[in-house]
Amino acid sequence: MSIDVGVLSIQGDVQENLLSAKAALDELGIDGKVRDVKTPEDISLLDGLIIPGGESTTIGQLSLINGSLKVLKEKIENGMPVLGICAGMIILSNTASDRVVGKTDQPLLNILDIKLERNSFGRQKESFEADISLDSINIPKFNGVFIRAPSVSNIGSDVEILSKFNDRVVAVKKGNVIGTAFHPELTKDISLHKYFINLVKSFKN
Amino acid sequence: MLSLSGERLDAKGIVSDKINSIDTLRGSTTVKRGFAHMLKNGVVMDVTTVEQAQIAEEAGAVSVMVLDKLPSEVRKAGGVARTASIRIIEDIMDSVTIPVMAKCRIGHVNEALVLQETDVDMIDESEVLTPADEFHHIWKWDFTTPVVNGARSLAEALRRIEEGASMIRTKGEPGTGNVAEAVTHIKKVNDELRTIKAIYDSGDNQDLVRIAREFKVSYDIVQQTAKLGKLPVVNFAAGGIATPADAAYLMSLGCDGIFVGSGIFNADDAKERARAIVLATTFWNESDKVKEAQKMIDERQSIIGLDVKTLELRMQDRGGSS
Repeated sequence: MSIDVGVLSIQGDVQENLLSAKAALDELGIDGKVRDVKTPEDISLLDGLIIPGGESTTIGQLSLINGSLKVLKEKIENGMPVLGICAGMIILSNTASDRVVGKTDQPLLNILDIKLERNSFGRQKESFEADISLDSINIPKFNGVFIRAPSVSNIGSDVEILSKFNDRVVAVKKGNVIGTAFHPELTKDISLHKYFINLVKSFKN
Repeated sequence: MLSLSGERLDAKGIVSDKINSIDTLRGSTTVKRGFAHMLKNGVVMDVTTVEQAQIAEEAGAVSVMVLDKLPSEVRKAGGVARTASIRIIEDIMDSVTIPVMAKCRIGHVNEALVLQETDVDMIDESEVLTPADEFHHIWKWDFTTPVVNGARSLAEALRRIEEGASMIRTKGEPGTGNVAEAVTHIKKVNDELRTIKAIYDSGDNQDLVRIAREFKVSYDIVQQTAKLGKLPVVNFAAGGIATPADAAYLMSLGCDGIFVGSGIFNADDAKERARAIVLATTFWNESDKVKEAQKMIDERQSIIGLDVKTLELRMQDRGGSS
Protein backbone atom coordinates (compact mmCIF):
# COMPACT_ATOMS: atom_id res chain seq x y z
CA MET A 1 0.00 0.00 0.00
CA SER A 2 1.38 3.37 -1.04
CA ILE A 3 1.60 6.20 1.49
CA ASP A 4 1.16 9.91 0.78
CA VAL A 5 3.28 12.19 3.00
CA GLY A 6 3.08 15.98 2.89
CA VAL A 7 5.26 18.81 4.12
CA LEU A 8 3.26 21.95 4.98
CA SER A 9 4.71 24.58 2.64
CA ILE A 10 3.30 27.81 4.04
CA GLN A 11 6.66 29.03 5.34
CA GLY A 12 9.93 27.57 6.63
CA ASP A 13 12.41 24.89 5.60
CA VAL A 14 10.12 22.80 3.43
CA GLN A 15 12.73 21.61 0.90
CA GLU A 16 15.01 20.19 3.60
CA ASN A 17 12.13 18.11 5.01
CA LEU A 18 11.16 16.90 1.54
CA LEU A 19 14.74 15.68 1.01
CA SER A 20 14.95 13.95 4.40
CA ALA A 21 11.52 12.33 4.06
CA LYS A 22 12.27 11.11 0.52
CA ALA A 23 15.60 9.68 1.65
CA ALA A 24 13.78 7.93 4.53
CA LEU A 25 11.20 6.40 2.17
CA ASP A 26 13.95 5.18 -0.17
CA GLU A 27 16.05 3.70 2.60
CA LEU A 28 13.08 1.88 4.12
CA GLY A 29 11.95 0.68 0.69
CA ILE A 30 8.40 1.81 1.42
CA ASP A 31 6.16 2.60 -1.52
CA GLY A 32 4.94 6.16 -1.37
CA LYS A 33 5.42 9.78 -2.25
CA VAL A 34 6.44 12.96 -0.46
CA ARG A 35 5.15 16.34 -1.63
CA ASP A 36 4.72 19.89 -0.48
CA VAL A 37 1.15 20.84 0.48
CA LYS A 38 -0.40 24.24 1.05
CA THR A 39 -4.14 24.15 0.42
CA PRO A 40 -6.91 22.40 2.42
CA GLU A 41 -7.58 20.20 -0.65
CA ASP A 42 -3.95 19.01 -0.79
CA ILE A 43 -3.95 18.27 2.94
CA SER A 44 -7.23 16.36 2.91
CA LEU A 45 -5.67 13.53 0.85
CA LEU A 46 -2.62 12.93 3.07
CA ASP A 47 -1.66 9.92 5.19
CA GLY A 48 0.93 11.87 7.16
CA LEU A 49 2.17 15.44 7.53
CA ILE A 50 5.35 17.24 8.58
CA ILE A 51 5.00 20.81 9.88
CA PRO A 52 8.49 22.21 9.27
CA GLY A 53 10.63 24.68 11.15
CA GLY A 54 10.09 28.37 10.48
CA GLU A 55 8.34 31.19 12.29
CA SER A 56 5.36 29.84 14.20
CA THR A 57 3.50 33.18 14.13
CA THR A 58 3.79 33.33 10.33
CA ILE A 59 2.89 29.68 9.67
CA GLY A 60 -0.03 29.84 12.12
CA GLN A 61 -1.55 33.06 10.79
CA LEU A 62 -1.28 32.16 7.12
CA SER A 63 -2.59 28.60 7.48
CA LEU A 64 -5.51 30.05 9.42
CA ILE A 65 -6.26 32.47 6.57
CA ASN A 66 -6.30 29.88 3.79
CA GLY A 67 -8.28 27.32 5.79
CA SER A 68 -5.45 24.78 6.14
CA LEU A 69 -5.38 24.98 9.92
CA LYS A 70 -8.97 23.74 10.29
CA VAL A 71 -8.43 20.75 7.97
CA LEU A 72 -5.17 19.95 9.72
CA LYS A 73 -6.85 19.81 13.11
CA GLU A 74 -9.62 17.52 11.84
CA LYS A 75 -7.16 15.19 10.10
CA ILE A 76 -4.84 14.93 13.11
CA GLU A 77 -7.76 14.35 15.50
CA ASN A 78 -8.92 11.58 13.20
CA GLY A 79 -5.53 9.88 13.55
CA MET A 80 -3.29 11.23 10.78
CA PRO A 81 0.33 11.07 12.00
CA VAL A 82 2.04 14.45 12.22
CA LEU A 83 5.61 15.49 12.95
CA GLY A 84 5.87 19.08 14.21
CA ILE A 85 9.38 20.49 14.18
CA CYS A 86 10.26 23.56 16.27
CA ALA A 87 7.65 26.04 14.93
CA GLY A 88 5.59 22.96 14.02
CA MET A 89 5.62 21.74 17.62
CA ILE A 90 4.58 25.20 18.82
CA ILE A 91 1.58 25.09 16.49
CA LEU A 92 0.57 21.65 17.83
CA SER A 93 0.65 22.87 21.45
CA ASN A 94 -2.12 24.45 23.51
CA THR A 95 -0.18 27.38 25.04
CA ALA A 96 2.90 29.27 23.91
CA SER A 97 4.77 31.91 25.80
CA ASP A 98 7.94 33.75 24.82
CA ARG A 99 10.85 33.71 27.28
CA VAL A 100 11.18 37.50 27.07
CA VAL A 101 7.97 38.91 25.59
CA GLY A 102 5.58 36.66 27.55
CA LYS A 103 2.34 35.03 26.42
CA THR A 104 1.81 35.22 22.68
CA ASP A 105 -1.46 35.68 20.88
CA GLN A 106 -0.97 33.31 17.95
CA PRO A 107 -3.08 30.60 16.28
CA LEU A 108 -2.40 27.16 17.79
CA LEU A 109 -3.92 23.76 17.02
CA ASN A 110 -4.39 22.79 20.69
CA ILE A 111 -3.68 19.12 19.93
CA LEU A 112 -0.86 18.36 22.34
CA ASP A 113 -1.49 19.12 26.00
CA ILE A 114 1.81 20.93 26.42
CA LYS A 115 2.86 24.47 27.21
CA LEU A 116 5.81 25.76 25.22
CA GLU A 117 8.38 28.33 26.10
CA ARG A 118 9.47 29.98 22.85
CA ASN A 119 13.12 30.90 22.30
CA SER A 120 13.76 28.96 25.50
CA PHE A 121 17.54 28.65 25.12
CA GLY A 122 18.03 32.29 24.08
CA ARG A 123 18.45 34.17 20.82
CA GLN A 124 20.31 33.00 17.71
CA LYS A 125 23.78 33.45 19.24
CA GLU A 126 22.85 30.76 21.80
CA SER A 127 21.58 28.36 19.11
CA PHE A 128 23.58 25.13 19.26
CA GLU A 129 24.23 21.57 18.20
CA ALA A 130 24.47 18.79 20.79
CA ASP A 131 24.07 15.04 20.98
CA ILE A 132 20.74 13.95 22.38
CA SER A 133 19.02 10.59 22.74
CA LEU A 134 15.53 9.31 22.02
CA ASP A 135 15.88 5.92 23.72
CA SER A 136 12.19 5.02 23.82
CA ILE A 137 12.02 5.01 20.01
CA ASN A 138 15.41 3.29 19.61
CA ILE A 139 17.45 6.31 18.55
CA PRO A 140 20.18 6.29 21.22
CA LYS A 141 22.24 9.09 19.67
CA PHE A 142 21.07 11.93 17.48
CA ASN A 143 22.68 15.21 16.41
CA GLY A 144 20.19 17.77 17.76
CA VAL A 145 20.30 21.12 15.97
CA PHE A 146 18.55 23.73 18.12
CA ILE A 147 17.81 27.07 16.43
CA ARG A 148 16.14 29.66 18.64
CA ALA A 149 14.50 26.54 19.93
CA PRO A 150 11.49 26.22 22.21
CA SER A 151 11.23 23.76 25.10
CA VAL A 152 8.24 22.16 26.79
CA SER A 153 7.58 23.86 30.14
CA ASN A 154 4.38 22.04 31.16
CA ILE A 155 3.30 18.63 30.01
CA GLY A 156 -0.04 16.83 30.21
CA SER A 157 -0.21 13.38 31.83
CA ASP A 158 -1.08 11.64 28.54
CA VAL A 159 1.96 13.01 26.67
CA GLU A 160 5.10 10.84 26.48
CA ILE A 161 8.55 12.42 26.81
CA LEU A 162 10.85 11.22 24.00
CA SER A 163 13.90 13.29 24.85
CA LYS A 164 15.28 15.68 27.41
CA PHE A 165 18.28 17.95 27.13
CA ASN A 166 19.66 19.46 30.31
CA ASP A 167 16.44 18.69 32.17
CA ARG A 168 14.35 20.41 29.52
CA VAL A 169 11.85 18.40 27.48
CA VAL A 170 12.77 18.72 23.78
CA ALA A 171 10.75 15.93 22.12
CA VAL A 172 7.29 14.53 22.90
CA LYS A 173 4.80 12.03 21.51
CA LYS A 174 1.14 11.33 21.98
CA GLY A 175 -0.21 8.53 19.77
CA ASN A 176 0.01 9.80 16.20
CA VAL A 177 1.54 13.16 17.12
CA ILE A 178 5.28 13.88 17.51
CA GLY A 179 6.87 17.22 18.35
CA THR A 180 10.58 18.09 18.42
CA ALA A 181 12.28 21.31 19.51
CA PHE A 182 15.32 20.48 17.35
CA HIS A 183 15.67 20.16 13.56
CA PRO A 184 16.13 16.57 12.29
CA GLU A 185 15.89 17.91 8.70
CA LEU A 186 19.14 19.88 9.03
CA THR A 187 21.35 16.86 9.73
CA LYS A 188 22.42 13.95 7.56
CA ASP A 189 20.97 11.44 10.06
CA ILE A 190 17.47 10.57 8.81
CA SER A 191 16.54 8.15 11.61
CA LEU A 192 13.81 10.37 13.03
CA HIS A 193 12.24 10.85 9.60
CA LYS A 194 12.45 7.06 9.15
CA TYR A 195 10.65 6.56 12.46
CA PHE A 196 7.94 8.97 11.32
CA ILE A 197 7.52 7.28 7.91
CA ASN A 198 7.12 3.92 9.67
CA LEU A 199 4.52 5.48 11.96
CA VAL A 200 2.59 6.77 8.92
CA LYS A 201 2.71 3.29 7.37
CA SER A 202 1.48 1.58 10.55
CA PHE A 203 -1.44 4.02 10.90
CA LYS A 204 -2.38 3.48 7.26
CA ASN A 205 -2.55 -0.32 7.78
CA MET B 1 19.29 18.19 4.83
CA LEU B 2 21.43 21.27 4.47
CA SER B 3 24.38 22.00 2.21
CA LEU B 4 27.66 22.69 3.95
CA SER B 5 29.50 23.41 0.68
CA GLY B 6 32.17 26.05 1.01
CA GLU B 7 32.58 25.45 4.74
CA ARG B 8 36.06 26.18 6.10
CA LEU B 9 37.74 23.68 8.38
CA ASP B 10 38.76 26.46 10.77
CA ALA B 11 35.12 27.54 11.15
CA LYS B 12 33.68 24.79 13.28
CA GLY B 13 31.98 27.06 15.78
CA ILE B 14 32.73 27.33 19.46
CA VAL B 15 32.28 24.79 22.21
CA SER B 16 30.42 26.35 25.06
CA ASP B 17 29.59 25.16 28.54
CA LYS B 18 27.03 27.88 29.02
CA ILE B 19 24.13 25.46 29.25
CA ASN B 20 25.09 23.54 32.43
CA SER B 21 27.84 21.07 31.75
CA ILE B 22 27.00 19.21 28.55
CA ASP B 23 29.12 20.22 25.55
CA THR B 24 27.23 22.23 23.04
CA LEU B 25 28.51 23.68 19.80
CA ARG B 26 27.46 27.23 18.98
CA GLY B 27 28.14 29.26 15.84
CA SER B 28 28.76 26.19 13.64
CA THR B 29 28.05 26.40 9.92
CA THR B 30 24.93 24.24 10.40
CA VAL B 31 23.59 26.46 13.17
CA LYS B 32 24.29 29.72 11.31
CA ARG B 33 23.09 28.64 7.86
CA GLY B 34 20.23 26.73 9.48
CA PHE B 35 18.88 29.97 10.94
CA ALA B 36 18.53 31.42 7.42
CA HIS B 37 16.73 28.25 6.31
CA MET B 38 13.99 28.97 8.89
CA LEU B 39 13.26 32.29 7.16
CA LYS B 40 12.50 30.68 3.79
CA ASN B 41 9.28 31.68 2.00
CA GLY B 42 9.03 34.62 4.34
CA VAL B 43 9.32 38.40 4.39
CA VAL B 44 11.90 40.39 6.38
CA MET B 45 10.78 44.00 6.94
CA ASP B 46 12.91 47.10 7.57
CA VAL B 47 11.69 48.96 10.67
CA THR B 48 12.83 52.01 12.62
CA THR B 49 10.58 51.88 15.72
CA VAL B 50 8.97 49.42 18.15
CA GLU B 51 5.57 50.26 16.72
CA GLN B 52 6.65 49.39 13.17
CA ALA B 53 8.22 46.13 14.41
CA GLN B 54 4.92 45.14 16.05
CA ILE B 55 3.01 45.95 12.86
CA ALA B 56 5.48 43.75 10.95
CA GLU B 57 5.06 40.86 13.39
CA GLU B 58 1.27 41.09 13.28
CA ALA B 59 1.40 41.13 9.49
CA GLY B 60 3.26 37.79 9.50
CA ALA B 61 6.85 38.93 8.84
CA VAL B 62 9.46 36.26 9.66
CA SER B 63 11.92 38.84 10.95
CA VAL B 64 12.53 42.57 11.23
CA MET B 65 15.63 44.56 10.26
CA VAL B 66 16.30 47.56 12.48
CA LEU B 67 17.61 50.75 10.90
CA ASP B 68 18.02 54.28 12.05
CA LYS B 69 16.43 55.55 8.83
CA LEU B 70 14.71 53.65 6.02
CA PRO B 71 16.91 53.34 2.88
CA SER B 72 14.97 56.03 0.98
CA GLU B 73 15.52 58.42 3.90
CA VAL B 74 19.22 57.51 3.99
CA ARG B 75 19.36 58.53 0.34
CA LYS B 76 17.68 61.89 1.05
CA ALA B 77 19.67 62.64 4.20
CA GLY B 78 23.10 62.07 2.64
CA GLY B 79 26.09 62.14 5.00
CA VAL B 80 27.39 59.00 6.64
CA ALA B 81 24.91 56.23 7.41
CA ARG B 82 25.92 54.02 10.36
CA THR B 83 24.48 51.12 12.38
CA ALA B 84 21.21 51.85 14.24
CA SER B 85 20.94 52.99 17.86
CA ILE B 86 21.55 50.04 20.17
CA ARG B 87 18.82 51.18 22.56
CA ILE B 88 16.21 51.03 19.79
CA ILE B 89 17.44 47.59 18.72
CA GLU B 90 17.14 46.35 22.31
CA ASP B 91 13.67 47.86 22.74
CA ILE B 92 12.54 46.07 19.60
CA MET B 93 14.11 42.76 20.73
CA ASP B 94 12.12 43.06 23.97
CA SER B 95 8.81 43.63 22.20
CA VAL B 96 8.59 41.09 19.36
CA THR B 97 9.02 37.29 19.35
CA ILE B 98 10.33 37.06 15.77
CA PRO B 99 14.08 37.35 15.06
CA VAL B 100 15.63 40.81 14.96
CA MET B 101 18.38 41.75 12.50
CA ALA B 102 20.43 44.93 12.17
CA LYS B 103 22.80 46.38 9.59
CA CYS B 104 26.47 47.25 9.94
CA ARG B 105 28.72 49.07 7.48
CA ILE B 106 30.65 47.03 4.91
CA GLY B 107 34.00 46.03 6.42
CA HIS B 108 33.24 47.54 9.84
CA VAL B 109 34.29 44.64 12.06
CA ASN B 110 33.60 46.45 15.31
CA GLU B 111 30.10 47.60 14.40
CA ALA B 112 29.41 43.93 13.68
CA LEU B 113 30.93 42.91 17.04
CA VAL B 114 28.73 45.47 18.79
CA LEU B 115 25.67 43.96 17.08
CA GLN B 116 26.78 40.43 18.01
CA GLU B 117 27.19 41.54 21.63
CA THR B 118 23.72 43.16 21.47
CA ASP B 119 22.44 39.66 20.61
CA VAL B 120 20.74 40.45 17.31
CA ASP B 121 19.80 37.25 15.48
CA MET B 122 21.49 38.14 12.19
CA ILE B 123 23.80 40.90 10.99
CA ASP B 124 23.39 42.48 7.53
CA GLU B 125 26.73 43.78 6.20
CA SER B 126 24.94 46.29 4.04
CA GLU B 127 25.60 48.66 1.16
CA VAL B 128 22.72 50.81 2.43
CA LEU B 129 25.14 52.15 5.04
CA THR B 130 28.33 54.01 4.12
CA PRO B 131 31.16 51.49 3.60
CA ALA B 132 33.91 51.61 6.23
CA ASP B 133 36.46 49.71 4.14
CA GLU B 134 36.76 50.11 0.37
CA PHE B 135 38.82 46.95 -0.06
CA HIS B 136 37.63 44.33 2.42
CA HIS B 137 34.44 42.87 3.72
CA ILE B 138 34.22 41.42 7.22
CA TRP B 139 35.73 37.96 7.77
CA LYS B 140 32.48 36.43 8.91
CA TRP B 141 33.70 32.96 9.88
CA ASP B 142 34.88 34.45 13.19
CA PHE B 143 31.34 35.43 14.19
CA THR B 144 28.89 33.33 16.22
CA THR B 145 26.01 35.42 14.87
CA PRO B 146 25.17 34.66 11.22
CA VAL B 147 25.75 37.39 8.63
CA VAL B 148 23.85 38.13 5.39
CA ASN B 149 25.47 39.94 2.45
CA GLY B 150 24.20 41.53 -0.75
CA ALA B 151 25.32 40.39 -4.22
CA ARG B 152 24.67 41.40 -7.83
CA SER B 153 26.27 38.37 -9.45
CA LEU B 154 27.34 34.82 -8.71
CA ALA B 155 30.95 35.99 -8.38
CA GLU B 156 30.02 38.47 -5.64
CA ALA B 157 27.80 35.90 -3.90
CA LEU B 158 30.58 33.28 -3.82
CA ARG B 159 33.14 35.83 -2.60
CA ARG B 160 30.84 36.66 0.29
CA ILE B 161 30.14 32.99 1.07
CA GLU B 162 33.88 32.33 1.04
CA GLU B 163 34.23 35.08 3.66
CA GLY B 164 31.62 33.28 5.78
CA ALA B 165 28.25 34.79 4.79
CA SER B 166 25.46 32.47 5.98
CA MET B 167 22.89 33.95 3.63
CA ILE B 168 22.85 36.01 0.42
CA ARG B 169 20.37 38.58 -0.88
CA THR B 170 20.32 40.46 -4.13
CA LYS B 171 21.44 44.06 -3.78
CA GLY B 172 18.83 45.60 -6.07
CA GLU B 173 18.87 49.36 -5.68
CA PRO B 174 17.75 50.15 -2.11
CA GLY B 175 15.36 52.96 -1.30
CA THR B 176 14.12 53.46 -4.85
CA GLY B 177 10.81 51.60 -4.86
CA ASN B 178 12.05 50.26 -8.20
CA VAL B 179 12.28 46.49 -8.47
CA ALA B 180 14.19 46.43 -11.78
CA GLU B 181 17.68 46.07 -10.33
CA ALA B 182 16.69 43.21 -8.00
CA VAL B 183 15.17 41.43 -11.01
CA THR B 184 18.38 41.94 -13.02
CA HIS B 185 20.54 40.64 -10.17
CA ILE B 186 18.55 37.49 -9.48
CA LYS B 187 18.34 36.67 -13.20
CA LYS B 188 22.08 37.15 -13.56
CA VAL B 189 22.83 34.85 -10.62
CA ASN B 190 20.42 32.23 -12.02
CA ASP B 191 21.99 32.42 -15.50
CA GLU B 192 25.49 32.06 -14.11
CA LEU B 193 24.42 29.09 -11.97
CA ARG B 194 23.00 27.38 -15.05
CA THR B 195 26.23 28.06 -16.94
CA ILE B 196 28.56 26.58 -14.30
CA LYS B 197 26.20 23.61 -13.79
CA ALA B 198 26.42 22.87 -17.51
CA ILE B 199 30.22 23.10 -17.38
CA TYR B 200 30.29 20.78 -14.36
CA ASP B 201 28.01 18.29 -16.12
CA SER B 202 30.28 18.36 -19.17
CA GLY B 203 33.25 17.40 -16.97
CA ASP B 204 35.40 20.32 -18.17
CA ASN B 205 37.39 21.04 -15.00
CA GLN B 206 39.74 23.41 -16.80
CA ASP B 207 36.81 25.68 -17.58
CA LEU B 208 35.75 25.64 -13.91
CA VAL B 209 39.29 26.76 -13.00
CA ARG B 210 38.94 29.61 -15.51
CA ILE B 211 35.61 30.62 -13.89
CA ALA B 212 37.19 30.52 -10.41
CA ARG B 213 39.94 32.91 -11.59
CA GLU B 214 37.40 35.20 -13.20
CA PHE B 215 35.22 35.19 -10.06
CA LYS B 216 38.27 35.65 -7.77
CA VAL B 217 37.23 32.70 -5.59
CA SER B 218 38.62 29.22 -4.96
CA TYR B 219 38.13 26.36 -7.40
CA ASP B 220 36.56 24.32 -4.59
CA ILE B 221 33.62 26.63 -4.03
CA VAL B 222 32.98 26.93 -7.79
CA GLN B 223 33.10 23.16 -8.19
CA GLN B 224 30.80 22.52 -5.20
CA THR B 225 28.29 25.20 -6.26
CA ALA B 226 28.32 23.93 -9.85
CA LYS B 227 27.59 20.43 -8.59
CA LEU B 228 24.67 21.68 -6.47
CA GLY B 229 23.34 23.88 -9.28
CA LYS B 230 22.32 26.49 -6.70
CA LEU B 231 23.91 28.67 -4.05
CA PRO B 232 24.98 26.66 -0.99
CA VAL B 233 23.16 29.18 1.26
CA VAL B 234 19.65 30.66 1.32
CA ASN B 235 19.13 33.42 -1.27
CA PHE B 236 16.59 36.23 -0.77
CA ALA B 237 15.54 39.13 -3.01
CA ALA B 238 16.04 42.70 -1.81
CA GLY B 239 16.15 46.26 -3.08
CA GLY B 240 13.21 48.25 -4.41
CA ILE B 241 10.31 45.88 -3.60
CA ALA B 242 7.18 48.01 -3.09
CA THR B 243 4.04 45.99 -3.92
CA PRO B 244 2.62 42.47 -3.46
CA ALA B 245 3.07 41.83 -7.19
CA ASP B 246 6.76 42.77 -6.91
CA ALA B 247 7.19 40.17 -4.15
CA ALA B 248 5.34 37.47 -6.10
CA TYR B 249 7.44 38.17 -9.21
CA LEU B 250 10.73 37.75 -7.34
CA MET B 251 9.50 34.54 -5.69
CA SER B 252 8.61 33.24 -9.16
CA LEU B 253 12.23 33.83 -10.23
CA GLY B 254 13.34 31.31 -7.60
CA CYS B 255 14.21 33.52 -4.62
CA ASP B 256 13.86 31.86 -1.21
CA GLY B 257 12.16 34.92 0.31
CA ILE B 258 11.92 38.70 0.35
CA PHE B 259 13.43 41.69 2.14
CA VAL B 260 11.30 44.84 2.00
CA GLY B 261 13.03 48.11 2.86
CA SER B 262 11.36 51.44 2.30
CA GLY B 263 8.43 49.88 0.38
CA ILE B 264 6.25 49.32 3.44
CA PHE B 265 6.86 51.99 6.04
CA ASN B 266 7.38 54.76 3.49
CA ALA B 267 3.99 54.00 1.99
CA ASP B 268 0.88 55.61 3.46
CA ASP B 269 -0.93 52.30 3.91
CA ALA B 270 1.86 50.46 5.80
CA LYS B 271 -0.32 48.11 7.84
CA GLU B 272 -2.36 46.74 4.92
CA ARG B 273 0.68 46.72 2.66
CA ALA B 274 2.76 44.71 5.15
CA ARG B 275 0.08 42.00 5.33
CA ALA B 276 -0.49 42.10 1.56
CA ILE B 277 3.20 41.58 0.76
CA VAL B 278 3.34 38.61 3.17
CA LEU B 279 0.29 37.06 1.50
CA ALA B 280 1.71 37.54 -1.99
CA THR B 281 5.05 36.00 -0.94
CA THR B 282 3.40 32.94 0.62
CA PHE B 283 0.89 32.34 -2.17
CA TRP B 284 3.00 33.71 -5.06
CA ASN B 285 2.04 30.88 -7.42
CA GLU B 286 -1.73 31.30 -6.91
CA SER B 287 -2.62 34.28 -9.07
CA ASP B 288 -6.07 34.81 -7.52
CA LYS B 289 -4.48 35.22 -4.08
CA VAL B 290 -1.81 37.62 -5.42
CA LYS B 291 -4.61 39.67 -6.99
CA GLU B 292 -6.46 39.77 -3.65
CA ALA B 293 -3.24 40.91 -1.98
CA GLN B 294 -2.64 43.58 -4.61
CA LYS B 295 -6.21 44.77 -4.08
CA MET B 296 -5.44 45.42 -0.40
CA ILE B 297 -3.06 48.24 -1.33
CA ASP B 298 -3.70 51.56 -3.02
CA GLU B 299 -1.18 52.42 -5.73
CA ARG B 300 -1.67 56.13 -5.01
CA GLN B 301 -0.15 55.42 -1.58
CA SER B 302 2.92 53.53 -2.84
CA ILE B 303 6.37 55.00 -2.40
CA ILE B 304 6.84 57.34 -5.40
CA GLY B 305 10.03 55.67 -6.51
CA LEU B 306 13.14 56.70 -8.38
CA ASP B 307 14.48 55.92 -11.82
CA VAL B 308 17.74 54.07 -11.26
CA LYS B 309 19.41 55.74 -14.27
CA THR B 310 19.10 59.21 -12.72
CA LEU B 311 20.57 58.31 -9.33
CA GLU B 312 23.63 60.12 -8.07
CA LEU B 313 24.25 57.44 -5.44
CA ARG B 314 24.23 53.83 -6.62
CA MET B 315 24.33 51.86 -3.35
CA GLN B 316 24.66 48.57 -5.22
CA ASP B 317 28.17 49.47 -6.43
CA ARG B 318 29.43 49.70 -2.86
CA GLY B 319 31.72 46.81 -1.95
CA GLY B 320 31.14 45.25 -5.34
CA SER B 321 34.70 45.13 -6.58
CA SER B 322 36.24 43.49 -3.50
